[in-house]
Amino acid sequence: MTASNPEFEADCIRRILAGEKHLFHALIRPSERAIYFLLLGLLRNEAEAEDAAQETAIKVYRNLHLFRGDAQFRTWVLSIARNEGLGRLRKQASRREDSLEEKIDEQSGDYTPAILTSWREIPAEALERKELGALLRRAIEGLPGIYRNVVLLRDIEEMDVRETAAALGITEGAVKVRLHRARALLQRELAPQLKGFAPQRKGLFGWGK
Amino acid sequence: MKIDCKHVWEYISAYIDGEVDRALRAEIDRHLETCEICSAVLDSTRNVVVLVAGDRVFELPVGFSERLHARLEKELDLEQPGTS
Repeated sequence: MTASNPEFEADCIRRILAGEKHLFHALIRPSERAIYFLLLGLLRNEAEAEDAAQETAIKVYRNLHLFRGDAQFRTWVLSIARNEGLGRLRKQASRREDSLEEKIDEQSGDYTPAILTSWREIPAEALERKELGALLRRAIEGLPGIYRNVVLLRDIEEMDVRETAAALGITEGAVKVRLHRARALLQRELAPQLKGFAPQRKGLFGWGK
Repeated sequence: MKIDCKHVWEYISAYIDGEVDRALRAEIDRHLETCEICSAVLDSTRNVVVLVAGDRVFELPVGFSERLHARLEKELDLEQPGTS
């Protein structure tokens, strides 16, 4: 994550609005990844996320005079990205199961982790990187939308709780709860699969499901 | 207060992020010392968090930035902010 630099941003915005339009490239660059991953989380399609990211950047530019500086610039940018993504989802004729209005009771429901003891000591280096990457991406893409977004912003973009909450339009408490649930789901999904990479050690708390 | 495995699992994410208070952390640590299951769950969850955050798991598509700025360039040539 690129640390935000409010003074640089404010100066840039002032100059862009005064006519130095090409400074916009430098202004938006630090937010590019976060815009993309937020949209990827929402849209689950790389090409669409990229197109939406471009639209977002253009909207940010067109509306730059509306930025008031009472939020972090990137947070404001991400709220525009979120609106772009949600707008596209609404337009999609076929409703996904995993829709915007998805209601998952976040507080209840038992979480039973994958219980196994043999994987934990495996160094990441021991895993084939490419294969591991694909496994992780699949697991994250398979998460329900509300969890996937939080993981993408918190654990992948390493945004803090406050900024994640602002970008997603949810409370900080909801960010924490969703992150917890997401990690639990990922652990349950991944631990047994990653166990396949491990040296076999039978007889210990086997994965019983 | 004595906590059980389920209780520990509920706080694993917060524990990893350092967001549990000292008393609870101490309680969880005490539980982990004797519970191999929970300490395995904690380690594997932490591994998942570390692996997911690792670079190159999620990358921008090749050429993403170039295409974005090329499109912006066209837009910038056309418009001044606030005029559309």
